[in-house]
Amino acid sequence: MQIDLLQEARRQAEICNACRYCEGYCSVFPSMHAGRAFSDGDLTQLANLCHNCRGCYYACQYTAPHEFDLNLPKALAEVRRDSWESFAWPQPLARRFHTHGGAIALALVIGFALLLWAIRSIGSAGGDGFYAALSHNAMVAIFLPAFLLPLISLVVGLRRYWATVDGQTVRLGDIMAALSMAAKMKDLAAGHGEGCNFEDEDRFTHGRRHVHQAIMYGFLLCFAATSAGTVMHYGFDMPAPYPLWSLPKLLGISGGLLLTVGCAGMVALKLKSDPDLGDVHAWGGEIGFILLLGFVGLSGLVLYLLGSTALMPLMLALHLGAVLAFFLLTPFTKMAHGFYRLTALIRDAQRKRS
Amino acid sequence: MNDATSLATSYDVAIIGGGNAALCAAMTAAETGASVLILETAPKPYRGGNSRHTRNFRCMHSGPLGPLVEDYSEDEYLADLMKVTGGKTDEHLARLAIRSSEECLPWMQDHGVHFQPSLSGTLSLARTNAFFMGGGKSLVNAYYRTAQKLGVDVLYEAHVTHLELNDNHIDWIDYTHDRADHRVTAKSVIVASGGFQADTDWLTRAWGPAAQNFLIRGTPYNRGVVLADLLDQDVDSVGDPTQCHAVAIDGRAPKFDGGIVTRLDCVPFSIVVNKNAERFYDEGEDVWPKRYAIWGRLVAGQPDQVGYVIIDAKSLDLFMPSVFPPLKSDTLEGLAAEMGLPADKLRTTVDTFNAACGDTSKFHPTELDGVTTTGLTPAKTNWARPITEPPFYGYSLRTGVTFTYLGLKVDENAQCSTPSGPIKNLWAAGETMAGSILGQGYLAGFGMTIGTVFGRIAGREAAAYAN
Repeated sequence: MQIDLLQEARRQAEICNACRYCEGYCSVFPSMHAGRAFSDGDLTQLANLCHNCRGCYYACQYTAPHEFDLNLPKALAEVRRDSWESFAWPQPLARRFHTHGGAIALALVIGFALLLWAIRSIGSAGGDGFYAALSHNAMVAIFLPAFLLPLISLVVGLRRYWATVDGQTVRLGDIMAALSMAAKMKDLAAGHGEGCNFEDEDRFTHGRRHVHQAIMYGFLLCFAATSAGTVMHYGFDMPAPYPLWSLPKLLGISGGLLLTVGCAGMVALKLKSDPDLGDVHAWGGEIGFILLLGFVGLSGLVLYLLGSTALMPLMLALHLGAVLAFFLLTPFTKMAHGFYRLTALIRDAQRKRS
Repeated sequence: MNDATSLATSYDVAIIGGGNAALCAAMTAAETGASVLILETAPKPYRGGNSRHTRNFRCMHSGPLGPLVEDYSEDEYLADLMKVTGGKTDEHLARLAIRSSEECLPWMQDHGVHFQPSLSGTLSLARTNAFFMGGGKSLVNAYYRTAQKLGVDVLYEAHVTHLELNDNHIDWIDYTHDRADHRVTAKSVIVASGGFQADTDWLTRAWGPAAQNFLIRGTPYNRGVVLADLLDQDVDSVGDPTQCHAVAIDGRAPKFDGGIVTRLDCVPFSIVVNKNAERFYDEGEDVWPKRYAIWGRLVAGQPDQVGYVIIDAKSLDLFMPSVFPPLKSDTLEGLAAEMGLPADKLRTTVDTFNAACGDTSKFHPTELDGVTTTGLTPAKTNWARPITEPPFYGYSLRTGVTFTYLGLKVDENAQCSTPSGPIKNLWAAGETMAGSILGQGYLAGFGMTIGTVFGRIAGREAAAYAN
């Protein structure tokens, strides 16, 4: 990890630890105030607990022009991104996407091209619905590795993280505590439950928490839709296409709507927020990632609407191309943060019980 | 707002200052329908005076209230105050502040303040002091938002230079903004612009040359300009110009605005020497929250107004960390060299102290443990453990002034006066009139109580007069 980023975070954490006024805002401060000195692992853990809600920045008596020049949300955002890049596997891909929105767009275009090529050269083996454009076996052959490889990569990264933050043997209670924090996104609500300072300086709003929840639950619903389809296909010999009143469709449409609206809202909020309170270098990569995720949701909805028209094969290529790019980039884009955040919350649950 | 020309030329209520007391007054007045102007001398990032450095509000209560546990009665509160001020307290106004504090807490919440449980390391205050979530700057932020929602006009970088007083009436206010002179009239005027501690020349006149070495813990904008202007016009004053709230802080702290992180809580576990490496006071007289406020004056009384704290390895983790790491050496002589102290003298002082220490088995860091020296002058009456275990650590100590007590004398309506009677349209709130209550000494969180209670009273009275 980058020494200069850690050193700056350490300098700031030592000032925060002598002040402690922000203790009630989020998970970062109780964890920080538990010690007197900050190892690289401690700072990595604090960075991944931070949700960049900015409450502490606007409350801080030591922000610039004060000579202490505190900007903890920014310092932790930089360490956080550096930690994802440092732990990512394989390393040659680690630093290509977080700070490069253009690289994400390029991956998306390659995804489109690959799927168009697959549809044209493999095509259908005789099926209904989308399988009329691309056979089920071809889809599995493309997406099974595209799903498993990033998972393996994430596991490697998270194990490195766990070793760095001195993680202990995980108990079920730790996971439940972390899931409960994540489900409500408590750390985006501030200790008083009024939200974060993201869109209008020190005004507390729930905007970011709500759009983030829309994205998270939208993504989980879409994932559940695909899982339901897989179970129906293999378990009950009920291949797609499914009618509207079926589990995959209901989950998929509601998820797609949430994902699309959530991503649009998140981009709008990011444009309103002060970029200097986050990781400035990752701004393009973050916007690129949100647009990609939003496009996955939107293209899925459009595909559903145009499913029985001549445009279906083209939309299928666009949607599946986006899904492919999204899956493959998961360990190397902002998508990784969800996994690291949950892991950090599990580690924090261990700290609290010890 | 940052343009004087877009303001009205006259207001119902004009308030000088932009901290807690000013904002409480502004919101209270605006809620009655009065038009209100705040003239804040600081730029927006530094608005809020010393309030931006505060962290809690001392509050009377019967039964749990907000973040506060158990009870804190009027009599206990007053007794705590009398103890730290040595009885130099206006009991009538003090009781008014204490009694009103209880209704203030929900009022503060209604105006946007959030509280949090007592901070780690401050458990002893959980019953008496309600902590602001995010600290004083978040309180100030919330109040500015509420005030602006109520239609209060705020002008930053507005330096008030003169209040024109004729026949016990303030006729107008002169101020400069953006290098131009301006004048505004108001039916009622409230002064809430703090003490004069940031004016080193004034401090020097009161204290002598020693004041040059004082650090100012809070805002550099409290220069007492309006206070001086009013005193020049014979407005009644109160308080001793040498009295202030001063604590001993890390000698490496910035001249202004170092705030809470420069405090040092290690004195009870240390010996403190002056620049001649001589001890000068009982470091273990009482628990630190009850003693920190006297050490500013103690250090001010030493040569060059500087002190040096010496601890050894076994005490390092017994106190809250502060912003600057301690100086460190494996030998006392090495530490003396780092601190610029005479090494042989420090060795003698430590050896003498160590020899006077007795049984330390009852040592208890958070209670008066009676682990005392014998036959030593000055004695150390608690936590007296020999300084023997390397590495040795040291901090330099300087006097950090929070605010001065010389101020405007007010009555129970926060109204100012001259020898010929009350000034019809002038009120004062906050640190600028705190000397009306506190003659000396300080009680943690009481400044915010005075500011809130008298800010609200001043706002109410000023609006009633204007309407």
